[in-house]
Amino acid sequence: MLQYILKRVLLFIPTLLGITLITFILMQSLPGDPVLAMVGERSTPETIARIRAELGQDRPLPLQYLGYLKLLSKFELGRSIHTNRKVADDLLQKFPNTLKLGLTALLFASIVGVGLGIIAAVKRDTVWDRLITLVSVGGISVPVFWLGLALMLIFALYLRWLPPSGMGNGSLLYIIMPAVTLGTFSLSYIARITRSSMLESLSQPFIAAARAKGLPETSVVLKHALKNSLIPIVTVIGLDLGSYLNGAVLTETIFGWDGLGRYALTGILGRDYPVIMGVVLFGAVIFVTINLLVDVSYHFLDPRVRIKESR
Amino acid sequence: MLSERKLKNVTNNLPVLMAAIVLIALLFMTLAGPHLVNYHPEAIDLHHLKQPPGRSHFLGTDSVGRDILSRIVYGSRISLAVGILAAALSLAIGIFFGLIAGYFGGKTDAVLSQFFDIFLAFPSLLLAIGISAVMPPGLLSAMLAITLVGWAGFARLVRGITLSLKEQTYVEASRALGARPSRILYRHILPNALPLLLVAGSLRVGGFILLEAALSFLGLGVQPPTATWGSMISLNRAYINSAPWMVIFPGVAISITVISFNILGDFLRDKLDPRMQV
Repeated sequence: MLQYILKRVLLFIPTLLGITLITFILMQSLPGDPVLAMVGERSTPETIARIRAELGQDRPLPLQYLGYLKLLSKFELGRSIHTNRKVADDLLQKFPNTLKLGLTALLFASIVGVGLGIIAAVKRDTVWDRLITLVSVGGISVPVFWLGLALMLIFALYLRWLPPSGMGNGSLLYIIMPAVTLGTFSLSYIARITRSSMLESLSQPFIAAARAKGLPETSVVLKHALKNSLIPIVTVIGLDLGSYLNGAVLTETIFGWDGLGRYALTGILGRDYPVIMGVVLFGAVIFVTINLLVDVSYHFLDPRVRIKESR
Repeated sequence: MLSERKLKNVTNNLPVLMAAIVLIALLFMTLAGPHLVNYHPEAIDLHHLKQPPGRSHFLGTDSVGRDILSRIVYGSRISLAVGILAAALSLAIGIFFGLIAGYFGGKTDAVLSQFFDIFLAFPSLLLAIGISAVMPPGLLSAMLAITLVGWAGFARLVRGITLSLKEQTYVEASRALGARPSRILYRHILPNALPLLLVAGSLRVGGFILLEAALSFLGLGVQPPTATWGSMISLNRAYINSAPWMVIFPGVAISITVISFNILGDFLRDKLDPRMQV
């Protein structure tokens, strides 16, 4: 077990290097001075000179990449062209907001997605099943940013039930629409996989046995079938966590949520490359870290995975 | 009962039928666009600003009097072109590297697989933003960004299929006869993998169209005044309260298109291989 975790962590290193290599190449391919693109034009001349020396622009590219890695190891991501604030500080300041939104969306997607999936499986081939299937295809087909605007139009502008945008000092009312918008995509996948996984469990002999024992149907479905369907469901939820970062860029833009996504948009609009690259790099590192944690936690949770690995 | 089964068959396939009709109509719209609409998509008409849907402007006009319907029809060209071409291009790149990694195995596979994983390590939209942000914005940069985001997923899929196909007896036989790897890959493995790959490709077109829409929504794709579905939504966002149709209709166009691609992709997958069902 320890060996497996060690192996996974070791494999993490080339992935991280690869990610930084890609952002490095992207910055090198910018027109103009890559140092300025990295630290921002408004940094002090001393900083620019220091970074230039560390990157060593007259040196060959591989050495420059090493210099870039050295900078990154000191969390030196440069400064925003427009605000002259340190990108690393901004990222750390905005991340908790994105995390809060993401976790709320995850909660919504998991509960509603699993619920819909169970209903579809139990009421297989009925109108309910069809309807839920249609909703789950719709959920991955509707653009996130448009869904957000549509919800805003209905619930904030017409019905006036919810505030249209902003963060409202942590008031729960403000997070409802962004979380629903962000969670819908994932919800659809979760509903789908729950349905098919439940259908498989429900056809197993132990379900027939439970029914023959005279257990009430709710207990058969929720206790026996659901418990045995959980692994693929949890897998999908785990693997899909990265997609929340994609959705966050669009959702936060729509609802004025002050997180990483909206920060990325300000970077895009202002052609603020330190900001854009900072978010891309940070997002990728978070994504691979989550994947690593999900993988390792399986190892603890599911004996079947452990057996497969040791083979 | 036969009639009941027939009925069930029809209701089961109704969404697929509708999706096919929508996509054919869309293709027609894309090709015959200029002959279908009465207005130029970029023609500004200051006498008819923010007109609600009506007889002369079927889907209304935007804040500078441009006809929404015409802009949607022209915008469909960009969405479809980017979605389909990016899918084809990334599939081609994915096939090339996936075949090599899967067939030769060993160190080649280890290195290539690591490459696939690095590209897959980025959240897709963030990588697309990073790539298109360093290029002059436009059709080409959007297509390139989406291709670079998409190829690794295909490569990993192709690698997996190749791994299982290369153990087949007909591949072994061909190898015993002295065929070169390139011939085996091209004549034996690729044709057998192709149906699966085309399905995988068709399943991704919808996602790529959404990615293009997201990029142009963020201002990174094809630039105004050219109409794209994504940019129509972002440019008209400010008017959502006073003139919601400007935002609603382009979104409906995206949703219907992507739903149709997804339904059709699901259908093809189920027909081809029921085990692949999610």
